[in-house]
Amino acid sequence: MIALKGIAKRFGSIQKDGGTEALRDLSFSIAEDEFVSLLGPSGCGKSTALRLIAGLLEPDAGHIRFAQDRPEIGFVFQEPTLMPWTDALANTRLPLDLKGVARSDGNVRAAAALARVGLAGFEQAYPRELSGGMKMRVSLARALAAQPKLLLLDEPFAALDEITRNSLGDDLLRLWKEDGLTVLFVTHSVSESSFLSQRVLVMTPRPGRIAEDIALPFGRDSRLSPATIEAQRAISTALNTAMAA
Amino acid sequence: MKRALDTLLPLIVAILFLGTWEWAVAHWQVPVYVLPGPPAIAKAFADNFSSLMAALLSTLTVTVEAFLAACVLGIATAIAFSQSRLLERTFYPYAVILQVTPVVAIAPLILIWVGFERINLALVIIATIVAFFPILAGATLGLKSADFNLVDLTRLYGASRAQILWRVRLPTSLPYLLSGMKTAGGLALIGAVVAEFVAGSGTATGLAWRIVESGNRLEIATLFAALGLLALTGVLIFAALSLLEWLLLRRWHESALSGKS
Repeated sequence: MIALKGIAKRFGSIQKDGGTEALRDLSFSIAEDEFVSLLGPSGCGKSTALRLIAGLLEPDAGHIRFAQDRPEIGFVFQEPTLMPWTDALANTRLPLDLKGVARSDGNVRAAAALARVGLAGFEQAYPRELSGGMKMRVSLARALAAQPKLLLLDEPFAALDEITRNSLGDDLLRLWKEDGLTVLFVTHSVSESSFLSQRVLVMTPRPGRIAEDIALPFGRDSRLSPATIEAQRAISTALNTAMAA
Repeated sequence: MKRALDTLLPLIVAILFLGTWEWAVAHWQVPVYVLPGPPAIAKAFADNFSSLMAALLSTLTVTVEAFLAACVLGIATAIAFSQSRLLERTFYPYAVILQVTPVVAIAPLILIWVGFERINLALVIIATIVAFFPILAGATLGLKSADFNLVDLTRLYGASRAQILWRVRLPTSLPYLLSGMKTAGGLALIGAVVAEFVAGSGTATGLAWRIVESGNRLEIATLFAALGLLALTGVLIFAALSLLEWLLLRRWHESALSGKS
């Protein structure tokens, strides 16, 4: 579905103080319907890679290719990033409003998206009336409302407690299967990536590039199944090697 | 109970203050042309009720017109600044110069330029200059305070600059803008009064003119009545803008939720 080739990105001025080289020669591809995790230490350029794919940043070198036209993209940030001045329904409807979908149609679709993330009945709630996990669900519903083909998630569950994190992870897996989404999930959690994804791309410290591309075996039907634990071991080893390199 | 205390305590202070005032004036036999007691002021207020109300209406009209003009100009300038960094860098220093130059010093010029035959327009312009800056400063800060990620998200969905402004930047700026408006409301009144003072008697017909005139005639009780009316007007403007702030922010902003602003 998408292929990145030789991507480089630097922030700041090379003349002034050298700037910060976030990415160097980043290359990877993701097939349609795949669930891929992008794993690496803080500051390795994971979020930058995600923003480049979303088109929010331009690469300095290299190119990003989509198999067909640029697909509809949904984006979920680490913070819920909601509009505090309006309710959950209007927050979820935002992408539809911006695309010019009629208000009544938008309301129906936004309410359906909220119901899919377990927030039926909370349409009129303002963000401040919701818990951290619920806000994140609104954020996820908003990303789903525009019926994306590609879902980009930037450490979406990092700020949540473990119970909420696991519950949201389960929901994400269900939505991925139901919708036939392609998911790129940025995380620095080995356990999260080992359970959720089919493939894990391990990145080096800055300037980030792919150190290892790990295809995970089947049979990871729970967080504690032997296959999941085995996957965690493989990912941890790869991460340690990448960090030492 | 707490709400009752909020009203009761200032009321007790007011009664004690007025009582002590009246007692002191009577005890030391202070002449009425120096300091009249509260009943004398109340009588002056009742005697001059219709002329004081006419003066109040005149000052209030200038204040409201200046406040609205400052809102429109301040918000429009802040929006222009938020859309162009170049524009902001070029013109913000001039806004600051306008703010720090004492309006009393500019007022005579404006009166001459606009002309005494259009005195009300001159007064509105002077009061607008005084009230403009807090709105510009509040709106500029607010428009810049939009969540970067939220702006990025709207860009991802193809939002135009106008859509980002309308859907993200303006709502974000609301608490900052309303805070600036509360300051500007009081300043518009101060600006109107200062402008009337500078214009002098014979031209302006507002409360400031009544204060100058009463002072000249040693009608100190009427002067106090006009002064009290002016203070009350300032409080009411602040209360009205606080109510507007509460109505607009009560569902979502911390300042309104905690009951403080």
